[in-house]
Amino acid sequence: MYSILKKEIRGFLSSLIAYVVIIVFLLLIGLFTWVFADTNVLSLGYSNLDTLFLMAPWIFIFLISAITMRSFSEEIKQGTFEILRTKPITSYQIILGKYLAAVVLVVFSILPTLLYFYSIYQLGLPEGNIDMGATWGSYLGLLLLGSGYAAIGVFSSAITPNQIVAFIVSMFICFFFFLGFEQMSQLSLFGGLDSLVQSLGIQFHYESISRGVIDTRDVLYFLSLIVLFLVLTQFVLDKKKW
Amino acid sequence: MSIVVDNLTKIYGTQKAIDGVSFSINSGEIVGFLGPNGAGKSTTMKILTGFLSPNSGSAKVAGLEVSENPLITKGKIGYLPELNPLYPEMYVKEYLHFSAESYGLKNVKPRVKKVIETTGLLLEQNKKIGQLSKGYKQRVGLAQALLNNPEVLILDEPTSGLDPNQMTDIRKLIKQLGQDKTILLSSHIMQEVEAMCDRVIIINKGKIVADDLVENMKSEMSANHRITKVSFRDDIDKEKLESKKDIISLKELGPGTYELVTDESVDLAQILFDFAIQSNTIILEQREIEKSLESVFQQLTKNV
Repeated sequence: MYSILKKEIRGFLSSLIAYVVIIVFLLLIGLFTWVFADTNVLSLGYSNLDTLFLMAPWIFIFLISAITMRSFSEEIKQGTFEILRTKPITSYQIILGKYLAAVVLVVFSILPTLLYFYSIYQLGLPEGNIDMGATWGSYLGLLLLGSGYAAIGVFSSAITPNQIVAFIVSMFICFFFFLGFEQMSQLSLFGGLDSLVQSLGIQFHYESISRGVIDTRDVLYFLSLIVLFLVLTQFVLDKKKW
Repeated sequence: MSIVVDNLTKIYGTQKAIDGVSFSINSGEIVGFLGPNGAGKSTTMKILTGFLSPNSGSAKVAGLEVSENPLITKGKIGYLPELNPLYPEMYVKEYLHFSAESYGLKNVKPRVKKVIETTGLLLEQNKKIGQLSKGYKQRVGLAQALLNNPEVLILDEPTSGLDPNQMTDIRKLIKQLGQDKTILLSSHIMQEVEAMCDRVIIINKGKIVADDLVENMKSEMSANHRITKVSFRDDIDKEKLESKKDIISLKELGPGTYELVTDESVDLAQILFDFAIQSNTIILEQREIEKSLESVFQQLTKNV
């Protein structure tokens, strides 16, 4: 697993994917947080990072799908997957290696935003007047959300040798999990089951963690989501006809 | 026994890719796996390497069932897949390091260095794989398969797409590796198999049609027939020559040049001499051709 993880991260670095993803993410978040008239902290006047945590899930839908789209597609298309599979490593190790590489990249794109946090902490009146609980909760939520997207992305990439298809499918599944269940529950189609449907969505749990209270149910939800998609990935790869 | 395949069957949809294939290979043998495209060579190899699982039958490598001990058997095999898939954006050394790590090797550095020397990649080791010529890419593919010092090497068309010089180089390398390893290599180039292998297994439409030592196979097939190449100075009447009762078959190779199949007991020189006089021409060349594995292959895999 470690060898795959290392290879993937080297791949991100040498193909510039890592730099592009981190820079684009920081640039977009930076613009929303500090520059754009409707959303910047300075004119809103509250010392919080709400803009970051509101925008990041949307930006991640694109960026994480882009990070993960080639993880299996490329290997399947180039035939290198056959080399990986005939090495003495299990398919779980291959999947986990690739998945963790994507998660590492997500972590490294979130990390620099701590600088934004520090700035706002300094700007608070009095200094340090920021809701610490909500902020750290939101960071954890964002991390879990990013990890969930990464699992979805890896799965999408395993179902097709075409990177573009993988990218679009991944965006759609991420979008559906983030907003789809939430929206469906608001249509009152399921009667008493509406709240259950709502709790299947990412947004419900993301917002719950963002309040600063870490509920094990929310954490469990994200972990199950990740495990579900990684197991599905394994299933798809094993069932493939070569 | 390094490789034992018993009654192996693999079905894709409704089509049997391989159908009850059985053979075994002793340690230290170099065996050529021949067959037309789509005969089931790659499928058999993919099952041996644990990439595919068979529908029925057993495949053993180094005494262990592949499907039951995938990690152990994979560790004992070096595999070069068909078309030699590689990561073009990786550097040669980087790729070999990665491969060595994925085998779970401890002393990666010296091992990679050794393999780079064996495969003659010293000057190319710091280049990107995508920049290498096909011959060197093939060496990288071989190097990758050698890192774990495998007991068994499985090479799927190791020389396809190479120019004649590169082919000779790779063949030499394989022959050299065969001194202490069991090698199963597939090919549809007959001369290659004749040059490298001790034994040949011919497969057609998923079934094994021949399995014997190279010399045996050649002598068996040419037991009572002889092939002769003959050139006349002028164009001759082909049908007239063909109608001679001792000539079993005749193939035109060029103007005035023919390949004749006759019975071994026939005195062909006499017949041809008489014929040349009748046709008012002279014989420029008459030479017996050694029966090649190619003709054996064609006989066995044609319309079976």
